[in-house]
Amino acid sequence: MTTATTTTNAPEAASGSLLLTLMKLRTFIALFAVIAFFSIFAPNFLSTANLILMAKHVALNAFLAMGMTFVIITGGIDLSVGSIVGLCGMVTGGLILHGIDLQFGYTIYFNVVEVCLITLAVGIVIGAINGLLITKLNVAPFIATLGTLYVARGFALLSSDGQTFPNLVGKPELSTTGFAFLGSGRLLGLPVSIWILIVVALAAAYVAKYTPIGRHIFAVGGNERAARMSGIRVGRVKMFVYMFSGFCAAIVGLVVSSELMASHPATGNSFELNAIAAAVLGGTSMSGGRGTIGGTIIGAFVIGILSDGLVMMGISSFWQMVIKGIVIIVAVVVDQAQRRLQQQVTLMQLAKKG
Amino acid sequence: MGPIDDDNCVLRLDDVTKVYSGIVAVRHANLALRRGAVNVLVGENGAGKSTLMRIIAGVEKPSLGRILLDGKEVEFHSPADAQRHGIGMVFQELNLFGNLSVAENIFATREITRGLRGIDHRAQIAKATEFLDRLDAGIDAETLVEDLPIGQQQLVEIAKAISLDTRILILDEPTSALSAAEVDVLFKVIRELKAQGVAIVYISHRLEELMRIGDYITVLRDGQITGHAMVKDIDTKWIVRSMIGSDAKDFAKSVEHRLGAEIFRAEEICLPRRTGGLAVDHVSISVRAGEVLGIYGLMGAGRSEFFECAIGQHRHSSGRIYVDGTEIDASDTSGRIRAGLALIPEDRQREGLVQALSIASNLTLASLDRFVRFGFHIVGEKEQSAITAAIRDLSIKAPNPDFEVTSMSGGNQQKVVIGKALMTRPKVLLMDEPSRGIDVGAKADVFRTMRRLAGEGLAILFSTSDLEEVMALSDRIAVMSNGRLVTVIDRAEATEEMIVTASAEGHKTTREHA
Ligand SMILES: Nc1ncnc2c1ncn2[C@@H]1O[C@H](COP(=O)(O)OP(=O)(O)OP(=O)(O)O)[C@@H](O)[C@H]1O
Ligand SMILES: [Mg+2]
Repeated sequence: MTTATTTTNAPEAASGSLLLTLMKLRTFIALFAVIAFFSIFAPNFLSTANLILMAKHVALNAFLAMGMTFVIITGGIDLSVGSIVGLCGMVTGGLILHGIDLQFGYTIYFNVVEVCLITLAVGIVIGAINGLLITKLNVAPFIATLGTLYVARGFALLSSDGQTFPNLVGKPELSTTGFAFLGSGRLLGLPVSIWILIVVALAAAYVAKYTPIGRHIFAVGGNERAARMSGIRVGRVKMFVYMFSGFCAAIVGLVVSSELMASHPATGNSFELNAIAAAVLGGTSMSGGRGTIGGTIIGAFVIGILSDGLVMMGISSFWQMVIKGIVIIVAVVVDQAQRRLQQQVTLMQLAKKG
Repeated sequence: MGPIDDDNCVLRLDDVTKVYSGIVAVRHANLALRRGAVNVLVGENGAGKSTLMRIIAGVEKPSLGRILLDGKEVEFHSPADAQRHGIGMVFQELNLFGNLSVAENIFATREITRGLRGIDHRAQIAKATEFLDRLDAGIDAETLVEDLPIGQQQLVEIAKAISLDTRILILDEPTSALSAAEVDVLFKVIRELKAQGVAIVYISHRLEELMRIGDYITVLRDGQITGHAMVKDIDTKWIVRSMIGSDAKDFAKSVEHRLGAEIFRAEEICLPRRTGGLAVDHVSISVRAGEVLGIYGLMGAGRSEFFECAIGQHRHSSGRIYVDGTEIDASDTSGRIRAGLALIPEDRQREGLVQALSIASNLTLASLDRFVRFGFHIVGEKEQSAITAAIRDLSIKAPNPDFEVTSMSGGNQQKVVIGKALMTRPKVLLMDEPSRGIDVGAKADVFRTMRRLAGEGLAILFSTSDLEEVMALSDRIAVMSNGRLVTVIDRAEATEEMIVTASAEGHKTTREHA
């Protein structure tokens, strides 16, 4: 009897823990799976040019997803990021092309660095407005950011009457040239936007792990009342995450305009959904308290590579949507299954020992 | 282990083992529950009592071993399954829907319906009131559960379990938030059930309760059953010895130290009750550095509410708080905490712990500033050594500090909440029922820590429903009743009778009015 049970248990437990390791690494595995799949079925997929192009696409979503990750960890959501991208793009375009018209014959022009800083400030301010609505006026995050989604998009369209600001080359005499560097420049062979992504991601991961504000973000999402009772200034923590999200969206607005050398008011439409998808795919829990920056970045890569690869394979955009949706759902289902399996496996192993 | 006569044994656990990821919670336990008797289960925090009971109630499945009900092997796949077999349980951590009314909670999943016309709310409320009255709870069955203090929630939970009309009723620390009066009523109900032949399992860390109500006692230690006896043959010394393997550590020896200047003063604190009247009624009190003030009172006396006002949880409270002689302007919690106050909340699940975080992160959550370099970088080693020290000082049984805090037993979770507050180094420490659910050994540890902190110049206010505790630990004893501060007595002059009489004062009049 005992020998029978041990012999049946041993391989079961072994295969169980193997399965468990596989599931723990599921986002990585998903990443390798999409890469492997497309390198076989999509021509030129692994060419350097294509990889860099894809990385630039992914970077856009990754920025938004990082901001979104912090917001979701606090138990909130930020639907306005796509619109902030659009509005910030228009701010950049407007400042480079037209400057600020002071109404009595004078126009102020800013140099490119100043334009970038102003744009970032605009993103942060919109984030701060979200934060104030949520912390001071007690508006639910979903509703507050849904409101700013419309308002920001509306202002983006108003700023140019719905037109595109084309050809952001700038004029040398106003020192507004050189904006293209952000979107198409290279440093040590890598696009500038990728370098920015690396810097911001490392900073965000550091904040999450090694700073008090990082801990506080997790605590607020895990149990807001307990966080408050521990002396955490919950309002400030929330302000921080929405402002950071706005900051990330502003970066994307800058990078997109610079890549296209034009700003279009509809840019960034529904970007927020991709950002949420990347965060969730990377293991962020929608109910708050759980998530990592690293996971989110991988999630963004999975989604990005999937979309680009499907395009390269020439699959219809309708099918692309279906496939993307299925991948997101499967990832979450696997996440749930992993938790259950984890318990079972350790249980079997320990039961054998004890 | 005494002989088990099978006639009386309704449920038997046969060689049951339960493992969680990382630890064995129960190993090879054999347990028999007898009909028409109170089967008491004792053991240190984390000994495996709740786990064993969760197995019987169908919440957890045993990793190994069998459950025999009336001599036949059974397997429970869910708590509902166990309920069908006549097993009900009051869980240590409350399991109520805060957004539903008391009546709806009691009849959750068993709603009284009128055919197609839906739930018969009136009948539910009438029935619920009946059960609540049996417990003398004084709770309106239509109130939302989240509006009730935790003690009353516990009564609702008990009423719900009784309403199931089960053959086996498991009570896992049902009295941890109840005071003497409610315990007496509960014991009356337990005796009635016992007379009807119900097998009752009773878990508690209040040893004198066990001696009063128990018939059979089983001792658990590190997941193993180490003793079994008839309660009439033993005494509390025996319990303690078989629980922790040595005699009880003394309650804090009150080292004589001089009291300093006044550190904390509350003036005219008032808090209106939602239903009218005052929950805290013009309470003024002052505490000096190095002083431990015990606040005794029955349930609903307003102790928790007073603490909550002091820490700034109620916007509509009035009154003034002084720390170190200066009035605190901040009316919000974080402002008050920065002014030097700290509160150990009564409800650890709702206000004490961040469930998603690890044991370690929970411990240091309130004091991260102490481990920071350059204003933002948490120094890992500093934090780690503080965590190790806290786990050692409070003898927290944590297999691995990086595990989630919910993977610990209830008493150990309470110790984490205490540890967290102690790490903040406040000037004034407010402790609302700090000893809730912790075992005798740990209680002594906590009390010793309180004494040490007082010696270092902290002012400590703590509330308790335990007479012995309040007598042993306080320098002065304040008695609250029905929101009012009835009296403040020096310990040297206090007697148990004085305190009990004072604590009943305000309640008599309300009961008569009601
Ligand atoms: N969900 C879980 N996951 C992992 N370990 C657990 C879990 N629940 C309980 N444990 C562990 O099982 C052991 C026994 O816990 P249990 O809750 O049964 O203790 P207890 O005797 O009820 O203690 P207390 O008096 O503090 O309530 C503890 O060491 C605890 O850490
Ligand atoms: Mg327990």
